[in-house]
Amino acid sequence: MSLKSPLGRVLGLGSAGTGTEHWIGQRISAVAMVPLTLWFAVSLVTLPALDFYSVTAWVSAPLHAVLLILLVVALVYHSSLGTQVVAEDYLHAHGLRVVVLTVLRLLHVGLAVAGIFAVFLIATRAPL
Amino acid sequence: MADFKLPANSRVTTGKTHGAPANVSAPGKIRQFRIYRYDPDSGANPRIDTYAVDTGRCGPMVLDALIKIKNETDPSLTFRRSCREGICGSCAMNIDGVNTLACTQAIADIRGDVKIYPLPHMPVVKDLVPDLTNFYAQYASIKPWLQTRTPPPPDRERLQSKEDQELINSPSACILCACCSTSCPSYWWNSDRYLGPAALLAAYRWLVDTRDEATGSRLDDLEDPFRLYRCHTIMNCTNACPKDLNPARAIAATKRMLAERRL
Repeated sequence: MSLKSPLGRVLGLGSAGTGTEHWIGQRISAVAMVPLTLWFAVSLVTLPALDFYSVTAWVSAPLHAVLLILLVVALVYHSSLGTQVVAEDYLHAHGLRVVVLTVLRLLHVGLAVAGIFAVFLIATRAPL
Repeated sequence: MADFKLPANSRVTTGKTHGAPANVSAPGKIRQFRIYRYDPDSGANPRIDTYAVDTGRCGPMVLDALIKIKNETDPSLTFRRSCREGICGSCAMNIDGVNTLACTQAIADIRGDVKIYPLPHMPVVKDLVPDLTNFYAQYASIKPWLQTRTPPPPDRERLQSKEDQELINSPSACILCACCSTSCPSYWWNSDRYLGPAALLAAYRWLVDTRDEATGSRLDDLEDPFRLYRCHTIMNCTNACPKDLNPARAIAATKRMLAERRL
């Protein structure tokens, strides 16, 4: 039991002075995903065929590769910010929260690197 | 982790039923009131007591029925009330699933049994009385008073234009009944760190006050992932407000001010 005053408890460790970049980043990545996902969906639907050769040929086009990497970055960044909020909302044990937030952040870095590397690999390999 | 089940000593049981009086004013005037009861001294779990109220011999509002029950049927029923006209905020409770003021909620507007609970997700002192200590401390934490560096004019009050006053008309009409904050799921999960819509509406009232000169430090105090940014625009707050205020819009405007000073 603590006799700390209610106001003292509310003031706690003070304001972290962050959160605004998170809020802005979430909105910018959401806006970026609107044209990117639309382009991605329309492109897949209008591909002549969905076999290995036509898809890799499509990815190899420099413009497509660049847009795909941008889509991966926007998607993973948005997902990273969103899952961070879920963990902060629902995990109340401080130690568990720190562990989960760290794992989530590393997982998303891994996802971004894997996605970008995959596009890069397809785009740079010699056409069959 | 989030708890998905109430602790064993908080589970609600079925309590007593207080039947209708013998001489009913008119047929169909009896309404059943199902009310949450909790007495910390008894050590028993909370229970739902049922009271039959003859609405033909009762005022029109839920608070009238509560007072009638307390006067005539069960003096142990405990609730806060004062002004009975929606300006003190004392009788805020969860009626028919919605946080509102018992004194401005008409019994006739409720279908079926009238279910009354204390404000959700707050520690209960007794029956319909929640512990608002943390809620009031959060209000105090936003420094709800005028902060200036310019000394006041020696011969008169600090002036405001009509437009200036209109900015704070609505947010300063908040009566701190806590209906909004206790309707917010984000406040339920994180009320130890999230200030909640009521305190944030109060903070906004001082952010837009043209006489106040501490806007920057007020924003500094709010800029925090938990204090402000736990708001996920669920908007239960605006739905619940018995004074028709808009805490959700005030919070959105506060976030815009924080973005504005960086961009």
